[in-house]
Amino acid sequence: MTIFGSDLFRMIVGLIGVIALVSVNALFLIWMERKVAAHMQLRPGPMEVGWHGSIQTVADALKLLGKELITPAEVDRPVYLLAPIVIFLPVLVSFLVIPFAPNLIIRDMNVGVLLILAFAALTVLAILMAGWASNNKYSAFGAIRSVAQNVAYEIPLLITVMSVILMVGSFRLTDIVAAQERYWFILIQPLAFILYITCATAETNRAPFDLPEAESELVAGFHTEYSGMRFALFFLAEYTNMFIVSALATIFFLGGWRGPFLPGWAWFFIKVYAMIFLIMWFRWTFPRVRFDQLITFAWKILIPLAFANLLLTAFLMKIF
Amino acid sequence: MLEPLEEKTYILNLGPQHPSTHGVLRVVLEMEGEFIVKADPDIGYGHRGHEHMAENRNYLQFLPNMGRVDYLHALAFNHGYCMAVEKLIGLEVPERAEFIRVITAELNRIASHLLWVGAYLLDLGAFTPFLYCFDDRENILDLLDRITGSRLTYCFYRFGGVPQDIDQEFIDGCRAFAKRLRRRWKDYDNLVTKNIIFIERTKGIGVITKEQCRLYGLTGPMARGSGIPYDIRKSEPYSAYPLFDFEIPIGENGDIMDRYLVRMREMEQSLRIIEQALDKLPNGPIMAEKVPKRIKPAAGEVYAAVETARGEFGCYIVSQGDVKPYRIKLRVPSFANLSILPEISRDTLVADFVAILGSIDVVVPEIDR
Repeated sequence: MTIFGSDLFRMIVGLIGVIALVSVNALFLIWMERKVAAHMQLRPGPMEVGWHGSIQTVADALKLLGKELITPAEVDRPVYLLAPIVIFLPVLVSFLVIPFAPNLIIRDMNVGVLLILAFAALTVLAILMAGWASNNKYSAFGAIRSVAQNVAYEIPLLITVMSVILMVGSFRLTDIVAAQERYWFILIQPLAFILYITCATAETNRAPFDLPEAESELVAGFHTEYSGMRFALFFLAEYTNMFIVSALATIFFLGGWRGPFLPGWAWFFIKVYAMIFLIMWFRWTFPRVRFDQLITFAWKILIPLAFANLLLTAFLMKIF
Repeated sequence: MLEPLEEKTYILNLGPQHPSTHGVLRVVLEMEGEFIVKADPDIGYGHRGHEHMAENRNYLQFLPNMGRVDYLHALAFNHGYCMAVEKLIGLEVPERAEFIRVITAELNRIASHLLWVGAYLLDLGAFTPFLYCFDDRENILDLLDRITGSRLTYCFYRFGGVPQDIDQEFIDGCRAFAKRLRRRWKDYDNLVTKNIIFIERTKGIGVITKEQCRLYGLTGPMARGSGIPYDIRKSEPYSAYPLFDFEIPIGENGDIMDRYLVRMREMEQSLRIIEQALDKLPNGPIMAEKVPKRIKPAAGEVYAAVETARGEFGCYIVSQGDVKPYRIKLRVPSFANLSILPEISRDTLVADFVAILGSIDVVVPEIDR
């Protein structure tokens, strides 16, 4: 076995690739968000830096790098400093098991789905740390809301994903894509898809469920007290999370890398960005729901629906 | 033995630098969990002493101040002050000038309401309608810019008329704008009024009863949303308003939704007034003939009221026969409207509080003046 075939080499190349992908993807997504928002709002959006403002976010990132890192006097220092890192790590881990193309996967684990969902749950911890350590009432509000929201929405998300897994019989992401050889799961699980998108929007704290950072109520929510690159890490994590939930939606419901003519990775990215566009579309159309409405919606509507869908799937699986 | 937990409330300081207080308003919230026990508006951050300034300058010198009291519906404030001074010195305003005043004031009212709708939806978390409203409002600002020379703090009316006539281009522009805004209603309806999240957020929240309106002296859309058809343009007609046919939209439940609907429908009525005024626009002078160069009214007191986008603006002038007024009292609608905030925000969530505060449509410089 040469060094190129070794696991260690694979991991290192994979990590470098992931970090590069995360950064470039976030830069692109922020630009895309601004452009999508702008065109929905009858304005051109960023136009100055590069072609149609395409490297505007690079300029913004450089500006953020040069900003002073302000640490308020009354914060809980270790937790405060750790939170931006903690929010970013699970994001990186999730990339390890995502199959971008038939052979483009860093680690094809048999518990891929569980790994991603387990690590996604860690973001709550980071948000709670940030909100608590900031020693600011608005931050604490944002953090408390975030925990309640994420717990409420993780349950229907998992149950929805379970109904897909029930059909495939495997937690391996490549198996799930392989099972969609003849048809995409969105065709036979439309309800699950809608539930998934709703929960995913809430999981990533995007409008209309962006309660933890509801600007008009909580100023900036849990990251009110963060500046410079620390703020940028939260921002980066948010956009990367959006990429991950969209990638999962692609894998679960849209047939992953499958598609005619173009290579697999191209189809994968096209589908993921289409999903992201959908999530952005929500944000720039809807007002924000109220917190109690949000929680009621999760517990009284989404969870029963998800369970019903799971039972129906199990029942039909038994018959056919 | 477990001691019963001590009930504790904490203070949340909303503003003066908060995104949804629209200016420098500070509200001290006493909270229990996410519920508000007591809301205490703390005003005065934008105090500029307009009323005191009035005592130290002559009547004309005080006119530009009026555009700065309520910068969103500045022309109505111009109108109220000019009417009061005209009453004081017994000046007749020519008909064409009255028509121009009505047209421009109504345009300004629409601009103010559009800004409110946009900013209000921003409070509720919807960003896009904000820019649609500003896009529409931009048209009004361009129109008014053409004849008044400014886009925000207008100082257009003079004692005895208006300084500049309107031309055909302005008239065509107004008609084109009316057509355009009517086409936009459909977008607003689909995007906002029929939106389930918007309905859920606004139905039954911040209910004000008719009785409370009377107790707190609420005027404008706040009172009309609760079903009180009180509008100075109808109840004490002034200027050229009696000549036009328009309705006073009123709500039923007095909640946020009704206040929103009242403002939306008021814009339509304003368009009707503008179109009628343009149709009937008489020829003639735009300035009264004998306007004294030096305004030195006899001793006396006078009160004139107009309907601004936020309610009744009253201007009370006491003259002691000097070139300067002895005292000017500005009765501003936002001040009275804000006074109900502690009453209706009790036991609500912060999110609802933001929605309620937004629905009052306060202009802070007007409260502080």
